[in-house]
Amino acid sequence: MTAQTSSGESFVVREKLPLALLALFLLLPVLAAFGTESYLLDLFMRVMIFAIAALGLDLLVGYGALVSFGHAAFIGIGAYAVGILGSHGITEVWISLPAAVLAATIFAFLTGMVCLRTRGVYFIMITLAFGQMAYFLASSLAPYGGDDGLTIHTRTTLFGLAPFAHTRLFYYIALGCLAGCYVLCRALVVSRFGRVFRGARENATRMATLGYDIYRYQLTAYAISGALGGLAGFLLANATDFVSPAYMSWQRSGELIIMILFGGLGTLHGAIVGALAYVLLGEWLSDLTENWKMIFGPMLVLVVLLARGGLIGLATQLMPHWTRKKPEPQP
Amino acid sequence: MSLLVVQILNGLQLGVLLFLIAAGLTLVFGVMNFINLAHGVQYMLGAYLAVMFYSMTGSTLAALVLALIAALAFGLFLEFVIFRHLYERDHLDQVIATFGIILFLNQAVKFVWGAAPLSLPIPEMFSGAVVLMPGLLYPVWRLVIIAAGLIVALMLYALVSWTRLGMLVRAGANNATMVSALGVDIRRLFMIVFGFGTMLAGFAGIMIAPILSVEPGMGDTILILAFVVIVIGGIGSIRGAFVAALLVGLADTLGRSFSVDILRLVMGPSPARTVGPAIASMLIYLVMAVVLYLRPTGLFPPKGRRS
Repeated sequence: MTAQTSSGESFVVREKLPLALLALFLLLPVLAAFGTESYLLDLFMRVMIFAIAALGLDLLVGYGALVSFGHAAFIGIGAYAVGILGSHGITEVWISLPAAVLAATIFAFLTGMVCLRTRGVYFIMITLAFGQMAYFLASSLAPYGGDDGLTIHTRTTLFGLAPFAHTRLFYYIALGCLAGCYVLCRALVVSRFGRVFRGARENATRMATLGYDIYRYQLTAYAISGALGGLAGFLLANATDFVSPAYMSWQRSGELIIMILFGGLGTLHGAIVGALAYVLLGEWLSDLTENWKMIFGPMLVLVVLLARGGLIGLATQLMPHWTRKKPEPQP
Repeated sequence: MSLLVVQILNGLQLGVLLFLIAAGLTLVFGVMNFINLAHGVQYMLGAYLAVMFYSMTGSTLAALVLALIAALAFGLFLEFVIFRHLYERDHLDQVIATFGIILFLNQAVKFVWGAAPLSLPIPEMFSGAVVLMPGLLYPVWRLVIIAAGLIVALMLYALVSWTRLGMLVRAGANNATMVSALGVDIRRLFMIVFGFGTMLAGFAGIMIAPILSVEPGMGDTILILAFVVIVIGGIGSIRGAFVAALLVGLADTLGRSFSVDILRLVMGPSPARTVGPAIASMLIYLVMAVVLYLRPTGLFPPKGRRS
């Protein structure tokens, strides 16, 4: 959905899927009022929070072919920033939000400096290892709960008010964050920066020959991706009133990759669709049986073996009229 | 002093254990360019199978042999049904599919054997401890693990360096397509290498079962450590895996036991007690970061292979 494909179609037709998603998220609290409201809002809040992190991951994996397997660390770091500040009595959003985002960004920047020197499978394993490093660091933080995690007694406040304590208001704040991140990522992908970054995915040598310092572009993207993770962590900590090392476990990183794979790589709204599909599917299967992972595991294998391009790819094959082809990446 | 010796031995023991797992992982990656996250659950499965066969036969030796055979059979089954369809895919697909297998097996193990940790008794012959030096007792079984690991390492080295199969493995790690073009049945080679790696991971699980509790998810942590090992050592290199495994094993064990004491030299006891464990838990990752910053393809990158 780059600027090149926009001619001749109205905005609504062109942006069908993102707009439909937006409408769904906007209307959900109204629909939820007829059902078990708090349960549904919690569930969709989780969807939106993971969608924000998944957006950041899609930026790397889908547009840069940088398979980061330590993405949960950024979420965890953002969440821990809220938790640690909170345990010292600092809950003001003007401090805790920048702290969460900055901490994750700095961590991404520093680890990115090492990770991005490597390629391919080395990159996967190194990001994985750095994720584990953050995990074990959090586990060893005895003053902040260690393995048991840290309860957040007061949610983030705004000038002494508590917008995050109000479920519906918090829901719309999260939605605002998600929409903002989505627009930001879209803008980023089509910008000059995004073109260079995507170019590096296609042919790093050629981009380097053209005079671009690929490393710096990739490092910037990695840091931005980390920032989105930090924001997701900030929201997650407030939504669950709790942080624990489990937020950073490598299984969580794997789940984020599954989300973007479900939704289809390199589409951005695929990250949102994937988060939605993953959370709802997990919820449904775990209602069905306690051993839901015995169903889900083989399902993943089948998705990889059979459905390439994720759910959106599948929909494209099944309903060619409704969905349009992904734009070819530019050389 | 005796504490240092004990901890070095513990570090060696962790090191050889890591080597047993990392060897399979690095071979599989080196030859097939296949990243197998499910390698850790093979280790877990080895331990569970050993416990099961022990309770059936009452003999540790029988349990060892049967569990090895079963682990091998299961690994080959996975290779045949799923993995061989993934060799040609990109790493992302391999990661996700093998991740799915982890989810399944961790839960399946819980389903079959229960979530409670199980244990395997140390065989009569190797139970107890020996006096290594005056005032220093060390459990025999841990020495057995070290010895077994070193023997396997030597065998592996001989196998890879001096046999025809080893030559094919080295050639495959260099250029699998060319080996195939020269008339070698590459699928069969893949299967042998994969089965071998699986068996080594299973062996590691069986050997460690008497010391650790056997529980679901026990393979996950060790898998990441094995990744750190093969990345430091250079993916595809057995020698690199061996050196890096010992390095990681020693660094982790010594870091955990001495970080607080060392930090006490430069800071007060109370901050040292807080900072020490944190640094210790990050130590091997920091080692990895430094190694990769200096040598992005690890310490012993296989020759002629581009990362």
